[in-house]
Amino acid sequence: MLIKRAAELSDADVTPKSVYLNRRKFLAELSAAGAIWLTGRSLGKLVSPGTSVLAASQLSGVVKGPFSTGEKPTPFEDVTHYNNFYEFGSDKGDPARNAQNFRTSPWTVSVEGEVAKPRKFAIDEILKLAPLEERIYRHRCVEAWSIVVPWIGYSFSTLAKLVEPTPKAKFVAFETYFNPGVMAWAQGTGLEYPYVEGLRLDEAMHPLTLLCVGMYGQTLPNQDGAPVRMVIPWKYGFKSIKSIVKVRFVKSQPPTSWNTENAHEYGFYSNVNPNVDHPRWSQARERRLGEFFKRPTLMFNGYGDQVASLYAGMDLRKYF
Amino acid sequence: MNSILTSKWTKAAVFLACLGPLGLLGWEALHHELTANPIEFITHATGDWTLRFLLITLAVTPLRKLLRMPALIRYRRMLGLFAFFYGCLHFTTYIWLDQFFDVASMWKDVHKRPFITAGFTGFVLMIPLAMTSTAGWIRRLGGKRWQRLHRAIYLSATAGAIHYYWLVKSDVRRPLRYAAVVAALLAWRAGVGLHRRLRRPGAPSLPRETPTTAETG
Repeated sequence: MLIKRAAELSDADVTPKSVYLNRRKFLAELSAAGAIWLTGRSLGKLVSPGTSVLAASQLSGVVKGPFSTGEKPTPFEDVTHYNNFYEFGSDKGDPARNAQNFRTSPWTVSVEGEVAKPRKFAIDEILKLAPLEERIYRHRCVEAWSIVVPWIGYSFSTLAKLVEPTPKAKFVAFETYFNPGVMAWAQGTGLEYPYVEGLRLDEAMHPLTLLCVGMYGQTLPNQDGAPVRMVIPWKYGFKSIKSIVKVRFVKSQPPTSWNTENAHEYGFYSNVNPNVDHPRWSQARERRLGEFFKRPTLMFNGYGDQVASLYAGMDLRKYF
Repeated sequence: MNSILTSKWTKAAVFLACLGPLGLLGWEALHHELTANPIEFITHATGDWTLRFLLITLAVTPLRKLLRMPALIRYRRMLGLFAFFYGCLHFTTYIWLDQFFDVASMWKDVHKRPFITAGFTGFVLMIPLAMTSTAGWIRRLGGKRWQRLHRAIYLSATAGAIHYYWLVKSDVRRPLRYAAVVAALLAWRAGVGLHRRLRRPGAPSLPRETPTTAETG
């Protein structure tokens, strides 16, 4: 389905925008007045359409990285206005609106645990640890939609090697920043905060696993996990934890947020797998945003050649 | 007030207002405001309005009693049919836009996914009610039998609320609000029924109130 904005003039261009928005606001309020309590925040969506994206800065010196797909990237507008970031609300449009006041500078990431050289990295250091690469990855959400995103960053292993994990380190635990003051929308969303995720050490050290600081040539917008996030393209999107403040190398499998919320539906591994359905919906197909027909979901989201060997001999139905 | 309620113009205005959600959806489609996932947006919007119209329909009887506005009954059939109308749009969105007539996949959904089973049940139960909504059918079935049949709307609304609750991943606040309204509307009826039973001859006497006629909803 075509969802691009037409280039020619629309009503909004003819009528002054404030007038146009007011009329829209009036209509929306009138039609929805009786249902405010039921709809809750959805009314907000009606009265403040087209929220802009926070100013992001261009990243310079970005080189083409490995593993990029030749598929067409999803429009920037969609990737920045259709987000799951429950700290800023559980509707897809919430993070674009509610993450505007989220300050991501200064920012420090503490890397600790079973490492020889624990260390805190300022975001500016992270930006300079290695040449920034653009990697165009498929991104598949557990909710059966997908996007293609030109992420910017470098392999997580680059940072990991600097802190020298000890032989005791078997897993890596990640933690998202949490401050109920700027993330008031988290309340009532059903997850425990701060949001935590985890990977087996070999998964974390895999070259595909990206420490990500930008997308579409720019720094990350707040709603997409600024200023630094993980991208693990063969796993469902919720594994790609956003706005990281802590990385811990640990001996045993760490708790992960969605698994804690509902272990029956969200496994620790959560590898994209069309043969293992989510208990409440099929994972066999997905809707690529911007397309009408669903497309078949690929095993490991199409990254099987790179990562299937990590799971040799494992029952992926049991370790879903 | 009563003359306003019985005016055909009011009825026409309510009819148009009930088309408002569809109009809004069309407006949003024209202005590319159906989000990055338009099919999901349409599915949710039509589903929301099905459930809302079921609740509004179920609210008619309590409201006409509590507000002493019996003329509100004139709107109940129309509101119920709008619930069915949005239910049809919701169902069509699912089979056409979402599944694109993939019968095997839909069949799997209906018997394997509890939330789809619940939603499908709620929708199917509305079909006989929509079909027998005419005065002719009330006559043919007889008031009592017709009324008994149309109590299926209690099941439809309950199934709708469960459908919504089972669909969401973890933020259950909104589905719970709908469920609370369904529960309140059904509890009111249970209360009225219980009251009436207790007031039957032979039952312990209660303080007298205005006698209710045999109408329920």
